[in-house]
Amino acid sequence: MLGQVFKKPQKRSVFHDNIFKEIEELGLKSIGIVAFISFFVGGVVAIQTGLNVDNPWIPKYLIGFATKRSIILEFAPTFMSVILAGKVGSYITSSMGTMRVTEQIDALEVMGVNTLNYLILPKIIATVFFYPFIVTLAMILGIFGGWVAGEITGLFTADNYIEGIRLDFKPYLVQYALTKTMVFAFLIATIPSYYGYYVEGGSLEVGKASTKAVVWTSVVIIIFNYFLTQMLLG
Amino acid sequence: MIEVKNIYKSFGENEVLKGVSATFEKGNTSLIIGTSGSGKTVFIKCLLGLFIPDKGDILYDGRSYVAMSTREKRLLRQEMGMVFQGGALFDSETVEDNIMFPLKMFTEQSKEEMLERVNFVLKRVRLENVNQKYPAELSGGMQKRVAIARAIVMNPKYLFCDEPNSGLDPKTATIIDNLIQEITDEYQMITVINTHDMNSVMEIGEKIIFLKNGVKEWEGSDKTIFKTDNKSVTNFVYSSNLFRKVREVYNK
Repeated sequence: MLGQVFKKPQKRSVFHDNIFKEIEELGLKSIGIVAFISFFVGGVVAIQTGLNVDNPWIPKYLIGFATKRSIILEFAPTFMSVILAGKVGSYITSSMGTMRVTEQIDALEVMGVNTLNYLILPKIIATVFFYPFIVTLAMILGIFGGWVAGEITGLFTADNYIEGIRLDFKPYLVQYALTKTMVFAFLIATIPSYYGYYVEGGSLEVGKASTKAVVWTSVVIIIFNYFLTQMLLG
Repeated sequence: MIEVKNIYKSFGENEVLKGVSATFEKGNTSLIIGTSGSGKTVFIKCLLGLFIPDKGDILYDGRSYVAMSTREKRLLRQEMGMVFQGGALFDSETVEDNIMFPLKMFTEQSKEEMLERVNFVLKRVRLENVNQKYPAELSGGMQKRVAIARAIVMNPKYLFCDEPNSGLDPKTATIIDNLIQEITDEYQMITVINTHDMNSVMEIGEKIIFLKNGVKEWEGSDKTIFKTDNKSVTNFVYSSNLFRKVREVYNK
């Protein structure tokens, strides 16, 4: 399957158009949910850390530090990827599965189109190169959500929080998070595409394939997360 | 010419095609008829290359389709047009984009040239002012005509149709049949149609192949099908009340 996917596109202009369409469908249309979840989860992480740091000997700036680390290392790349696996994965499987059962993929094949390349490669490129931006946005909004939570609850001051964010900032950790994101993005594009492309039957089977695709993409992301963390940080 | 040489196709234990041979000539409309499950769809999908026969060969103008590389198959497919049973139109694209798709993908024509060609084929299938409509906004007959327009937009040498009349009223079905026949004559294509519609047999059955349980049981034309003494064919032809009544009246 991947051999055909990574063949040279048959028509460059059509391929470029498809990449932009996929960036819109799989990326831009996910920004709203990513922003919403990141902001609130960032706030919750900061509040919970604040509530648990009640020892007067522990400096308050650690709340900002812990929030930053949790968001950059795990929440933004992994948690967001699992959410995107649900939203985007089900979209990819159901749209491609519907094309399969209504013979639209056969129609493309009969025209002489390399359907694996035409349908899947733009999705891979769109996700692998666009999701790092989405995850960066999730990082920024998550940290911002933590700051807003501190302002509202009074658990910590803005100065403490910003000090914690600046403390021991390692650019490599952002690089690690974005590397993980690119691997997860590849999984989000390919696993649901596989389930959609090879579905057989009717609408019920398309629904079942969507569920399977989301479950397996999430499971594989979690497993890859473990090994990537060991490889890149261990 | 398309030559089908003794093809077999199985799915697991189920042997669907059992040594079918046939030839299809330029400028002719050939019908593959038979009851449901007789292997018609598998046969046409073998011709298209969507299924690879387990045994036997399919020759397109002497070139073996089975032995071709994936790239050669894709090039040959650009000479084919296919009208699927359900139309298989891209439902998120307008009629214009549906028909323009093969031109965008395989030609270097300008937007104006492509649009001119799209309008020409739409006119050819007697559809106008539907360019910006989506397939869901069209009737079944109109969708079939758009599918035909998309199939012929690249001037194919080979046209395949899977049950082009299914779900259509008899009048629209006849219009579609005649349209396919006209286009076949005009562009001197090789047209192969899968059908179980006896009206189509009477309208455009220049050559008819009857499949039963994956075997070619009979071959003839609309002139000979009503005279044959092949029991399977007569059972099929006279399975409808209408044809039985016509026969009774004719015999009286």
